[in-house]
Amino acid sequence: MAPVPPADPSPSPLPAPKPPWWRDRRVVPWLVQAVVGLLVLLLIAFLLGNLVRNLTAAGLLLSWRWLQQPAGFDISESVLPFNAQLPYWRALAAGLVNTIRAVLVGLVGATLLGTLVGMASFSHNGLLRRLARVYVEVVRNIPLLLQLVFWYFVVFLTLPNGVAAIQLPGVVLAKSGLYIAGLGEGLRWMGPSLVNGVWQAPVRLSVEFGSLLTGLIVYSGAFIAEVVRGGIAAVPKGQWEAASSLGLNWFATLRRIVLPQSLRVIVPGLNTQYISLAKNSSLAVAVGYSDLYSVAETTLNQTGRAVEVILVLLAAYLTLDLLISALMNGLNRLVQIRER
Amino acid sequence: MFWNRTRSLGVSLLAAGLLAGCAGEDGGVQSQKLSTITGRGKLICGVEGKLPGFSFVGPDGKYLGLDVDVCKAVAAAVLGDPEKVEYRDLNSSERFAALASGEVDLLSRNTTMTLSRDAAGGNGLSFGPTTFYDGQGVLVPVASGIKDLKGLAGKPICVESGTTTELNLADRMREQNIPYTPLKFQTSDQTFAAYLGDRCVAVTSDRSQLAGKRTSFPNPDAHILLPVVMSKEPLTPATINGDPAWADAVRWIVYGLMQAEESGITQANVDAKLAEAKANTNQADLRRFLGVEGDFGKQLGLPPDFVVKAVKAAGNYGEIFDRNVGPASALKLDRGLNRQWKDGGLIYSPPFR
Repeated sequence: MAPVPPADPSPSPLPAPKPPWWRDRRVVPWLVQAVVGLLVLLLIAFLLGNLVRNLTAAGLLLSWRWLQQPAGFDISESVLPFNAQLPYWRALAAGLVNTIRAVLVGLVGATLLGTLVGMASFSHNGLLRRLARVYVEVVRNIPLLLQLVFWYFVVFLTLPNGVAAIQLPGVVLAKSGLYIAGLGEGLRWMGPSLVNGVWQAPVRLSVEFGSLLTGLIVYSGAFIAEVVRGGIAAVPKGQWEAASSLGLNWFATLRRIVLPQSLRVIVPGLNTQYISLAKNSSLAVAVGYSDLYSVAETTLNQTGRAVEVILVLLAAYLTLDLLISALMNGLNRLVQIRER
Repeated sequence: MFWNRTRSLGVSLLAAGLLAGCAGEDGGVQSQKLSTITGRGKLICGVEGKLPGFSFVGPDGKYLGLDVDVCKAVAAAVLGDPEKVEYRDLNSSERFAALASGEVDLLSRNTTMTLSRDAAGGNGLSFGPTTFYDGQGVLVPVASGIKDLKGLAGKPICVESGTTTELNLADRMREQNIPYTPLKFQTSDQTFAAYLGDRCVAVTSDRSQLAGKRTSFPNPDAHILLPVVMSKEPLTPATINGDPAWADAVRWIVYGLMQAEESGITQANVDAKLAEAKANTNQADLRRFLGVEGDFGKQLGLPPDFVVKAVKAAGNYGEIFDRNVGPASALKLDRGLNRQWKDGGLIYSPPFR
């Protein structure tokens, strides 16, 4: 009779043996992160090294002396005073101020338009509601560049020129721009006047600025309208019913009850739209508006300092967007529900 | 100290690597670009693409123009086939970056040669021989009644951004103290669209470009070139600074086109001339020029008969001029400064010696 093999030993009372290090849940995540981190660092080091090596080989190591040299080109419209003898950094500053001007006015305009359209999509008036839908669907599905070119070449450049311009008391709309009466030289009140075939007025907005602004406002307005619509839809129906049982009308309900509550849904979405608007303003070059990108492009061409100019551009747009983001995050904290 | 040392070490390592990489197989010319082009089997040429007379797409979908013919001549000389060219349309702001990054091998795009574009501390280009001596002009509608620069005072002027034109305009207007508004656009299409849309009373560019663009206007006769020449604009093909052997090859191919005109060699008679040179050992100049004797081609890293191939592909300089911008074209430009030096012009090829 064969001997019966001994039965398996009963489960050992000792703790399970320590798993090998490659299965240890305390080691592996650290290891993975270290490897990924190392790879990222290596990639950055390689790219930077590559840049420095190639720039050295081409004799183009980063230098910022060109910023002090006279720019030699003019800027068509500038809030900061500028002429061709001023250095490149002044030209870039003038471009930046032009960009900020377009972005600020664009933000206000797009917010107003977007809020109105967003509210309109809850209107009891079917026509208004459908118009709002059509606007949003048409505008947000056509590329912005196309829209800008449309506004500039098709809408604004077909305006009448010179004496044929559209003239209202104190305001003239011509092919070259919008001219508004204001305080002119010597603080005298001056209306628009035609001098040597060119309109002059204390307040002047060029059609290039007008096209960019119209394009940005109409385009971003459609996205903001959707954000606002989503925010309003997120407010429970009971709030509407409670408000109407108190006798508030549609507009008062929206203004006093629904919109304030919807803000905490709207603000984070608005942040994204605002940042996009700031970035989209760089398409100004397509309609001849001298924004930061347009000035930087000329600068790049005249100086050949491609890497430096692009770095300036990157830093400027990054700063602008981070600023908008910080402001919006502050606003977001204000509108959130505070637990008491 | 540490940085300096590591950097110079890095540079010398790099230089060693470059030298090792470039050591030519046939011991002759060392050009990375030339071997890239022959390896790839086609030349990538940066052109404007929408400029009648210089580079534009014809009704049959093929590129035409003076700048395009330079590309064809170079492709024929290097690769033996004028059709082995890939054209890239570049706007004035993209062109230098495209060349510097190696995106295009040759920039033949009505580009003005200037100090800062040539200098290693500037754009770092290497210019070949000037293929068109131009000057900056101003185009205005006849109906505007404007006769000179003074007539443009206070008015908007359309100009392409990133051009020498933009700077010259600023200089000339400043000299004469004429206030004006420059309206800048990224492409020449947008610039001329704004001008035709009456946004500006004038558009400024090279005179040849204005003449070329005017032919495509709805009503060319309604626009007139002002009789001012605001600047010198030597339009010149360019290559990147880092490859002198490639720059030399391009330079002498273009000179070959000019010398061919001077020597009376045309697209039609180049074969006959070649036969004549082969038969007649006394015509040393012609034999060297057409590569029957000597090693000019080899010295440049090109086939011995590169001139024959280039002329056969595009014709000599005079033929290229006449066909694209001269009497046989819609532009009907006078040879002017672009005559051969013997006829009082500036086209002058150094000797093929």
